[in-house]
Amino acid sequence: MAQAPSRNGKSLNGVVMEFEAVIGLETHVQLCTKTKIFCSSSTEFGAEPNQHIDPVTLGLPGSLPVLNRQVLENAIMLGLAMNCEIRRYNRFARKHYFYPDLPKGYQISQYEEPICERGHLNVPMDGAIRTIGITRIHMEEDAGKNIHDSRTHSSLIDLNRAGVALLEIVTQPDLRSPAEASAYLRTLRQIVRFLGVSDGNMEEGSLRCDANISLRPVGQVKFGTRTEIKNLNSFKFVERALEYEIARQMSLLKSGKSIVQETMLFDSATGATRSLRSKEESADYRYFPDPDLPPLVIEEAYIRSIQERMPTLPEQRSKELVDGYGLTAYDAQVLTVERMNIDFFEEVFKVCQNAKLACSWLTSELFGALNTAGLDLKRSPVSARNLGELVKLIDSEAISGKMAKTVFEEMFATGKAPGEIVAARGLKQLTNDDDIAKVVESVFANNAKQLADYVGGNDRLHAFFVGQVMKSTQGTANPKKVNDIILSLIKKRRG
Amino acid sequence: MISNEDVKKLALLARLNLSEPEAQRLHKDLNSILGYMERLQKVDVSKVDPMSHVHGATNVFREDELKPSLPVEAALELAPDHSGRFIRVPIVIDQGGEN
Repeated sequence: MAQAPSRNGKSLNGVVMEFEAVIGLETHVQLCTKTKIFCSSSTEFGAEPNQHIDPVTLGLPGSLPVLNRQVLENAIMLGLAMNCEIRRYNRFARKHYFYPDLPKGYQISQYEEPICERGHLNVPMDGAIRTIGITRIHMEEDAGKNIHDSRTHSSLIDLNRAGVALLEIVTQPDLRSPAEASAYLRTLRQIVRFLGVSDGNMEEGSLRCDANISLRPVGQVKFGTRTEIKNLNSFKFVERALEYEIARQMSLLKSGKSIVQETMLFDSATGATRSLRSKEESADYRYFPDPDLPPLVIEEAYIRSIQERMPTLPEQRSKELVDGYGLTAYDAQVLTVERMNIDFFEEVFKVCQNAKLACSWLTSELFGALNTAGLDLKRSPVSARNLGELVKLIDSEAISGKMAKTVFEEMFATGKAPGEIVAARGLKQLTNDDDIAKVVESVFANNAKQLADYVGGNDRLHAFFVGQVMKSTQGTANPKKVNDIILSLIKKRRG
Repeated sequence: MISNEDVKKLALLARLNLSEPEAQRLHKDLNSILGYMERLQKVDVSKVDPMSHVHGATNVFREDELKPSLPVEAALELAPDHSGRFIRVPIVIDQGGEN
């Protein structure tokens, strides 16, 4: 199996040479619009084969594509989130190639005039930030699906996915390791989910990427010959495919051979890449402006209105959690993985006003319980409001941390409010000084001999009395208060 | 001007199966068209924007609203062959779908 460090020594004529990997990613993000990019058929995943088709999907003569307004809006929103310039005059282009899953014989895409250009994305990586350049983002339509049946020597075509809206996001060759490539993809996924433009679901193909990879001696400015690995559909596969390809290219370079520029496929079963076709024979796409789709003229006011509707991005929200709420960078990262998490946290905080406790009860107790139950936050039996109420009870010392765990378990099992559970079980913590003092006095009265010893100077009996008070209150007394009240009453007796 | 090889490449890209006489005839036709193009190339258009659309319309949208799809039978009827709900075509070995 490939063990591929991105740098490795190479001895050539006695000179030690080190290589670095140069990686660029092209990611296709499927938008979660209700309908396709150029027609009103559904984009629902998992429908019966050829259920979501219409004349435009089928490329029937006379049918005309009309752009889904939501697709343009989502493209601009992602562009703004990735610090891109938005192109004011846009045209769609036809990209021609023959494949049965593409009924028209061309894909409608953008070519020389992508909607978003020259951006960057800040990617958290090992506690630091790596800024990855974004070359472009463009809108295009997805193709259908082929199932190859070698038994009958035929291919079966399902056109449900044909015409679903995609954004293609192309990075600069700024990534230097498989781990960086995967960190970039995770950040991209986080952002599209925050914006609500895509579900980023890799299993269902909503996020898939092609990776360009080459090696060059460290210090060399010029890029080496690259290969392109197609259709990687999980973070793990992206890393494994790149590691394998780095090792393959390095061993070629070390033995003095050169890299052939070609397209590769990654086989997840063997963990190896294999050649698909060489770039020299690659198709001639004969791009030209699509006359069926009128140009788009994007006004400044339209861009501003999208900017105003944009949710706050994870980077900014993470900063707010650290600066405003005093949470650690780690906690902030956990809470901003999903927009759902941070929104839930803020609901909890609104009720309890204690950020640290809210964070710890959300991330360790609730996430832990959800994880064990195989549920996600959307289906949490404990609502944000109820978790907030629980934290409030702990914060005000109405119940102890230990009791809170019992209450939480019941909340998780029944969905009940914590106040209700506390009342029904009589779990309320004893915090009133006079009430605790009364219990202490009655414990003193029942243990006259030990009390005399303690007052006489045997301080080791302190723990005994704390234990007795806790026992007689069935653990509901606030231990710190019990401690303080016993000390002060003994002090009085010692006079 | 283009060569006979270029004509064959174009035919391949357009999936046209041309006989040798057909290719030769098209070669002649294409070169006569291209000759005319060459004359047009001499016109100074440096102050003219390229025109991709003739009608001047911009920003034509539809809302993201569902409309009924075609029944599957309608699509299968148009296809040369089908299997269940799938359209069936001769096997495609190259897995080179672009997306």
